[in-house]
Amino acid sequence: MTIDLPLSQSPGLRGVPLADVPANRKEFTSDQEVRWCPGCGDYIVLAAVQGFLPSLGLRRENIVFVSGIGCSSRFPYYLDTYGMHSIHGRAPAIATGLATARSDLSVWVVTGDGDALSIGGNHLIHAMRRNVNMTILLFNNRIYGLTKGQYSPTSEPGKITKSTPMGSIDRPFNPISLALGAEATFVARTLDSDRAHLTEVLKAAASHRGTSLVEIYQNCPIFNDGAFDVLKDKDEAEARLVRLEHGQPVRIGEREFTHDAHADNPTQAFEISRLDDGTMAHVPIGIFRQVERPTYDDEARSQIAAAKRELGDGDLAALLAGSDTWTVSGAQS
Amino acid sequence: MTKQVKQLDRVIIRFAGDSGDGMQLTGDRFTQETAAFGNDLSTLPNFPAEIRAPAGTLPGVSSFQLHFADHDILTPGDAPDVLVAMNPAALRANIKDLAPGSTIIIDTHDFTPRNLSRAGYAENPLEDNSLDSYSLHQVDLTALTVESVREFGLSRKDSSRAKNMFSLGLLSWLYGRPVESTEQFLAKRFGKLPDIRDANLAAFRAGWNFGETTETFAVSYEVKPAPMRSGTYRNISGNLALSYGLVASSVQSGLPLFLGAYPITPASDILHELSKHKRFGVTTFQAEDEIAGIGAALGASFGGALAVTTTSGPGIALKGETIGLAVSLELPLIVVDVQRGGPSTGLPTKTEQSDLLQAMFGRNGEAPVPIIAPQSPGDCFDAALEAARIAITYRTPVMLLSDGYLANGSEPWQLPDIAELPRIEANFATEANHETETGDHEFWPYQRDPQTLARPWAVPGTAGLEHRIGGLEKADGHGNISYDPTNHDLMVRTRQAKVDRIADTIGPLAVEDPSGKARLLVLGWGSTYGPIGAACRRLRNQGLHVAQAHLRHLNPFPTNVGEVMGRYDRVVVPEMNLGQLALLLRARYLVDVLAYNQVRGVPFSAAELEDVFTTTIEGLHS
Repeated sequence: MTIDLPLSQSPGLRGVPLADVPANRKEFTSDQEVRWCPGCGDYIVLAAVQGFLPSLGLRRENIVFVSGIGCSSRFPYYLDTYGMHSIHGRAPAIATGLATARSDLSVWVVTGDGDALSIGGNHLIHAMRRNVNMTILLFNNRIYGLTKGQYSPTSEPGKITKSTPMGSIDRPFNPISLALGAEATFVARTLDSDRAHLTEVLKAAASHRGTSLVEIYQNCPIFNDGAFDVLKDKDEAEARLVRLEHGQPVRIGEREFTHDAHADNPTQAFEISRLDDGTMAHVPIGIFRQVERPTYDDEARSQIAAAKRELGDGDLAALLAGSDTWTVSGAQS
Repeated sequence: MTKQVKQLDRVIIRFAGDSGDGMQLTGDRFTQETAAFGNDLSTLPNFPAEIRAPAGTLPGVSSFQLHFADHDILTPGDAPDVLVAMNPAALRANIKDLAPGSTIIIDTHDFTPRNLSRAGYAENPLEDNSLDSYSLHQVDLTALTVESVREFGLSRKDSSRAKNMFSLGLLSWLYGRPVESTEQFLAKRFGKLPDIRDANLAAFRAGWNFGETTETFAVSYEVKPAPMRSGTYRNISGNLALSYGLVASSVQSGLPLFLGAYPITPASDILHELSKHKRFGVTTFQAEDEIAGIGAALGASFGGALAVTTTSGPGIALKGETIGLAVSLELPLIVVDVQRGGPSTGLPTKTEQSDLLQAMFGRNGEAPVPIIAPQSPGDCFDAALEAARIAITYRTPVMLLSDGYLANGSEPWQLPDIAELPRIEANFATEANHETETGDHEFWPYQRDPQTLARPWAVPGTAGLEHRIGGLEKADGHGNISYDPTNHDLMVRTRQAKVDRIADTIGPLAVEDPSGKARLLVLGWGSTYGPIGAACRRLRNQGLHVAQAHLRHLNPFPTNVGEVMGRYDRVVVPEMNLGQLALLLRARYLVDVLAYNQVRGVPFSAAELEDVFTTTIEGLHS
C-alpha cells in the first residue's frame, strides 16, 4: 500500500517502508496507562522495546504487535503502533495470516510461557516450522500471573503453587530446545535485567528474515519473585551464564568448543540448549541459532506472482464459464 | 437392426458400485453429457466416509443419482427409474429405493457365492425370482470390458477397471447423450498414460456399441432439452459455486482473498478449488488446525484482506472463540460451514442442517453473527457474494451455512453477467475521525457510521491511524479498554443493533402463493428449497393451495417474517434437524409453527413432503 516509499534493506524488514524522519521513543509510547504490577519485569522489556524500535527507522504505521492472553499480552496497548490483543495462545496464527497477507509490515508477537507453550503450543511450533517472517518475544516468568499463580509449562518440578499444593508433577519445557526441535531459524535467549543484551538480541531478531524466537527470562514479583535471581547476582551470574557468540569459544568446565550459530544442522545448538539441566548451573544466553531458509510468507507471495506472470491476471468471466458450457437462445421461458 | 426410440419427460438414474469402482466419475460424466444436451438436471452423490471400505460390502457402496428432464426440476428425484448395480452389494443397498417396474442393469460378473455372501445374500437374487417385478438386464459388463480392451495389453485388473466407462457408454446410448465431452475428458485425464486412455475410450465406445447392437436393449429413450431462459449455462456443484462466489467477491471488492482452512469433509473441495486461483491474487493457507485457520484469516482481515475460513460443524465448534474475537474486533470475516451429520464426528459424508443454532449462539457472551444460507448448488455463488457484502459493509464475521447436499450436488447454472455483479466498497479509513476538545484530530476506531453502525476499517500502513484493538471490552468511540458497566451494556446492545440493522438492506421475504388461496405456508431454509418446491408443485397440480417461502437470511430475519406467518392458518417448517429454525421462529414471533424433521443424511423426498403438506391441509379443513 506504500510501495513508492523508500524501503528497509534489512533482511528481516525488507519491503517495510522507512520513515522520513525516524520516530523517537516518545512517539512509540501510547497514551495508555501501563498497568503491570510494580516491579514487574515487563516494564523493563517495554522500555527496551520502546527505546529500540526507533533504531529500525521504520514508519510507525507499518509496525504491528499481536499478542495473546496473559500479563505480557497487554504489551500492544502501550505502543503507539498498530496492535491486536487477541485470544489465548492464538497470536502466532493471527500473525501468520497478517504477515502472509502483507509484505510491507514488521510483525511482532508478544507472548508468555503459558500463552505460547501451553494453550498455544501448536501454533508456536508450526509458525517456527513454516518460518513465517515475524519476531516472537516469549516472556518466560515460569508462572501463571494473570490467573493468579498456578504453575506453568516452564515451572520447575515440585513447584508449590495454588493448583499444586503438594508440588507440580509436570516436566517443564525448555523453550529453546523446543524451538530448535521445530527447526526455528532464529533462536535466542536474553534477560529482562540486561538491557544492553536484550537490545542486541532484539536487533538481531528484527533483522532476521523468518521466525525469530526470543525467550526473555522475566521476573514476576508477585507469584514467582526471584526466579532468576541467581542469574542476576553479579558474582553468581559470572559462573552460571554462558554467553553465546557465533564463532567464539564456549567453555563449560573442562569442555570447550566453537559456537556455530549458522550451522544448518541444529544438533549442536540443541546440545547447548541442554546445558541447563534445570538447576541453572549453566544457562546459555544469546543467539543459539541463526540460519537462512525461505520464509512461508515470501514463498506464498512468490507463487501468486508466478501464477500471474505465467497465466496473466485472473479473468472472472473465463473462470465462471469453465470449459463445458452450452447456450440456450431464443425467447424460451 | 432398427431400434425403437421412446419419448420420456424425465428420468432418474442411479449408478451404484464399490467405492473404488469410479461411480462418482461415471455420474459426473453422465451429468456433463446431460448438461451439454440441454436437459434440466439435479444430482445427488452419496458415498461412504471410508476411502476404500472392504470391497463388495454394503458399507463400501458408493452411488450417484441424477435426475434429468425436459422441464424445470428442483430435486435429484425420489425413487430411481434406472439402477445400474456393479455388484451384489450395490444391488442390495439400493433395491429398497426402487418402485416395481423400474429398470435394473446389473453387472453379473461379481455375482459369485463369495461376493453374494459378502453382501449378505443367502440366495442369488438373479436366480430366486425376487427381482421379477423389475425390468432386469443382466450383462457381464466386466467380461465385455476386458474383451473390448484386450488389444492394449493391460493387466486384468487395469482392464476391468474400465468397466465404469463401458457402463457409461451403454447408458449414454440408452438415453441418446452426446459423447464428445466424455471423449475429450478421457483424452485429457489420461493424456500421460496412453494405454489407459485408449482402453477407457475403447471401453466407453464398446459400451455404446453394445447398446446399439445387442438385443438385450430393444428400446432407447429420448428426453428432450428443457426450455430455459436464454443464456450460457454450465453444470456446477455447490462447493464450486461457493468458491467462485468468493473469488468474485474479491474481484468486486478489490480486496485480495485470503483463505485460512484445515481440511474437513465436506468442505475441503473449497480449499482445493481456491488453491488453483493464485492468478486472482488468492492466498490459501492450510493451517495446523481449525483454530489457526480462522486465526490466520482474522489476521489477514486486520491487514485489509477479504478473509475467509471454511469448515464443517466440528470445525465451527473449534473456531467459536475466534468468531467471538471477530465480533469484538468488528472486522470482516466470512465463515463457511458446510454442514454434515452430527453430533461429534457424526456422518462426515452425509447432509444435515443441524448447525443453525451453533451458528446463531455457539459463542460465549452476546455475540451476534449474521447468517446466510444458499438454497441450491448454483445459489452458493450469490450467497457468497451476499456474505461478503455484509461482512465488509458491517465489519462483522458472517456465517455462510451450506450443507453436504448443496456442496456435492449439482445443477445447470446460468453464467452471470459480470457487469451486473454488485460492487462491494471496502471504504478503508484514511484520516482522523474525531476532534478533541482542544481541537486536535484523532482516530477513534469505534466511532461508528450512523447508518450502519459499522466502525471504520483502518489497516496497518495507514499513517496517523495507529490503534490497538482486542477482545477486552472497549469504550464506545475511542476504543480503549473499558470495564465501565454502563459502557459494556451500551456496547453489547450496539453490536446487536448493528447486526439487526442488516435487515434494512435485505428485502422482504417473498412468498409464492399462485392462487392466493393458500391457508398453509411452508417455510424453509437452505437446501430443502428443492424438495419443498417440488412437493408444493405436486399439491398445486392436484388443485390444492399451498404457499412457499424460503429464508436466505437466518440472522437477522427479513422484517416481514412475522407478518407473513400471520397471514396463514398453519406454518410448516421442514428441516433436516430436530426443529432449529422452528425454535427460533417460535421464540421470536410466538407463532406455533409445525416442525417436520428428519436426519437420515439424505435430502427430503418430494413424496414425503407431499404427504405431510397434504395431511396438514386436510387437518385445516376438518
